[in-house]
Amino acid sequence: MDEWRIPLGDWVESFIDWLITVLGPLFDLVGTVLKETFEGLQSTLNFAPAWLMIIILAVLGGLARNGTFAIIAALGLFLIALMDQWEQAMLTLALVLVAGAVATIIAIPLGILASRSRAFSNAIRPVLDFMQTMPPLVYLIPAVVIFTVGVVPGIVATIIFAMPPGVRLTELGIRQVDAEVVEAGHAFGSPPNAILRQIQLPLALPTIMAGINQVIMLGLSMVVLAGFVGGPGLGQQVLSAISRIDVALGVEAGLSVVILAIFLDRVTAGLGTRSTVARQKEAA
Amino acid sequence: MSAIRAKELYKVFGRRPEDAVRRLREGESREDVASSGVTPAVIDANFEVPPGETFVVMGLSGSGKSTLIRMLNGLLEPTAGEVHCGDENVTTLDAAGLRRIRSQHMSMVFQHFALFPHRTVRENAAYALQVRGVDRRTRLAKADEALEMVGLAGWGSRLPAQLSGGMKQRVGLARALASETEVLLMDEAFSALDPLIRREMQDQLVELQHRLGKTIVFITHDLNEAMRLGDRIAMMRAGRIEQIGTAEEILNQPANEYVAQFVQDVDRTRVLTASAVMDTPRAVVSDTSGPQAALDAMREGQVNAAFVVGSDQQLLGVVGAEAAASALQRSGDSLREVLDSKATTVKSDTVLVDVFDASARSAMPVAVVDSRDRLVGAIVRETLLTAMAKLRAGEEAAGTTESGTQPDGDVSEVDHG
Ligand SMILES: Nc1ncnc2c1ncn2[C@@H]1O[C@H](COP(=O)(O)OP(=O)(O)O)[C@@H](O)[C@H]1O
Ligand SMILES: [Mg+2]
Repeated sequence: MDEWRIPLGDWVESFIDWLITVLGPLFDLVGTVLKETFEGLQSTLNFAPAWLMIIILAVLGGLARNGTFAIIAALGLFLIALMDQWEQAMLTLALVLVAGAVATIIAIPLGILASRSRAFSNAIRPVLDFMQTMPPLVYLIPAVVIFTVGVVPGIVATIIFAMPPGVRLTELGIRQVDAEVVEAGHAFGSPPNAILRQIQLPLALPTIMAGINQVIMLGLSMVVLAGFVGGPGLGQQVLSAISRIDVALGVEAGLSVVILAIFLDRVTAGLGTRSTVARQKEAA
Repeated sequence: MSAIRAKELYKVFGRRPEDAVRRLREGESREDVASSGVTPAVIDANFEVPPGETFVVMGLSGSGKSTLIRMLNGLLEPTAGEVHCGDENVTTLDAAGLRRIRSQHMSMVFQHFALFPHRTVRENAAYALQVRGVDRRTRLAKADEALEMVGLAGWGSRLPAQLSGGMKQRVGLARALASETEVLLMDEAFSALDPLIRREMQDQLVELQHRLGKTIVFITHDLNEAMRLGDRIAMMRAGRIEQIGTAEEILNQPANEYVAQFVQDVDRTRVLTASAVMDTPRAVVSDTSGPQAALDAMREGQVNAAFVVGSDQQLLGVVGAEAAASALQRSGDSLREVLDSKATTVKSDTVLVDVFDASARSAMPVAVVDSRDRLVGAIVRETLLTAMAKLRAGEEAAGTTESGTQPDGDVSEVDHG
């Protein structure tokens, strides 16, 4: 059988080697920017005492949803602190926010392009499928090859893994905007960019926010795996719990991830329903 | 110059549309051309709309009306032919030129309103001016004016979702009016509304049109709406315009069997107007002449009443034979003192059913006046009954029954007090 084997993996490997020689300086730059952004954010989050951060996050939750949620969020976050996982949780939060922000910044323009061009949409669809269905751990390998171990390969792998729903839902949201309403924009002589800004994006916002919500949730699940390549935070705690078969630490780190996940999910979902469009639908 | 002109306009959807146009020009039927997988949506449309006219395009669903109206403002590019708006050739304009035409010369009202749900009613109405770069204060003030015109004063800060269907379309109308373009394109603008609301909107459009004198291209699949609104109507079938004419022309001289079939169900008494059956008044006297002159005029015309007009043919009233005779006996009375100023009058564009209502209220002949109350004709009851009997008999002979679905027309009784 051996002579029938296609060396596809080898090809990819030499492709990545080639990439590194050609794009090396660019990768260095990207790596530095991501690392610096992460360091800046994580030191800010960890600079403030836990109780202050808990209050700030709870207030944010309250603004995005309601008072009840603020109280529940405060209790949950306080539990993380009581389990002595606060610092690790803030590292993870910083990772998710940086990766999620970059993924969103890339995803939205791609989604807009896809909504405007059938050809582009058809071209990126299989790529997105591939990005989403590849076992996420696999991304870590080329990421490590390119960016070596540490926080950066984790962020890069997270960006790639978490981006697809952002692209898809942006495209979907824009395509779902009532064609007659968009036509009205054209019929009054509005240029395409103004139609995008004033009509399509605002009306697609709830769907785009649902996409960002998914980006963040996928990002959080990936960030834990980033522990395998030396990414700091709760992922590393989980990893060391596994290697030492430390059930107590495993439960504490795992529970912290869950609390963080619920908090981020509800807050981003809440922002979506706060938009003008969602409110006008309520008014109907 | 015409406000809008379409010249040999074609639109074919599908592959190699120019080929299809060539075959259609060579005389192949739409079906033959369509069998090769293309859709000829508009075929050789030619018409001119003079400024201030309401031009209705009437046809069943799929006959190509929306395609036609979208070629007028360049939302769809014609496969062949030309569209002119004033002295501009819309067909040759680039994207920026089209945007300018749309924002400055033609605005549009949509079937499903197409309001911007995330903007308030006022911001919706101000949209065209925003596109044109008018500053916020001016455009909101203009929007408020337009909203007041359509009867929505005070609703400016609501969101569209808080409005009923009829009110939403009023916003759609206000949005088009606020842009102050001379041309209004309305694609089935009232089709999505309940019959009663639709009727209200039609009346409002007619009334606004009286005041503003826009050039309107109005699309509908409802023949009654077409007849009510249109100065002229283009009857469209399967991409072709079969006939263009006034409602009466289309009813009385249908161009072909299709149009004849189409209009046979129409209740003509609700479409034909007083001007179609009126006669020249047989006895008319000036208010400066005396009772004797009135009696002479009656004898000469063999009628028992005379219309009294002031200078400029203004109708002042009617005087019966008895009143004139008694005025003569009391000698010295002028006609002014004996005339009945509450003469039954209708406008020349009043539909026949309403003329009938008016005539039933008085034994005197009905006076027909124009928009400035000048006497232009008279209808005696016998003529009216004969005409209506003939129209109804004509319908029954055509094997149809009167459709009783239309709401009642408005009765216009003018009080010359
Ligand atoms: N974008 C399009 N692509 C292909 N066919 C179309 C398109 N728009 C309209 N048509 C076809 O053109 C014909 C006329 O459509 P339309 O102008 O919408 O008719 P109407 O407004 O009178 O109902 C129909 O057969 C319709 O299916
Ligand atoms: Mg249509």
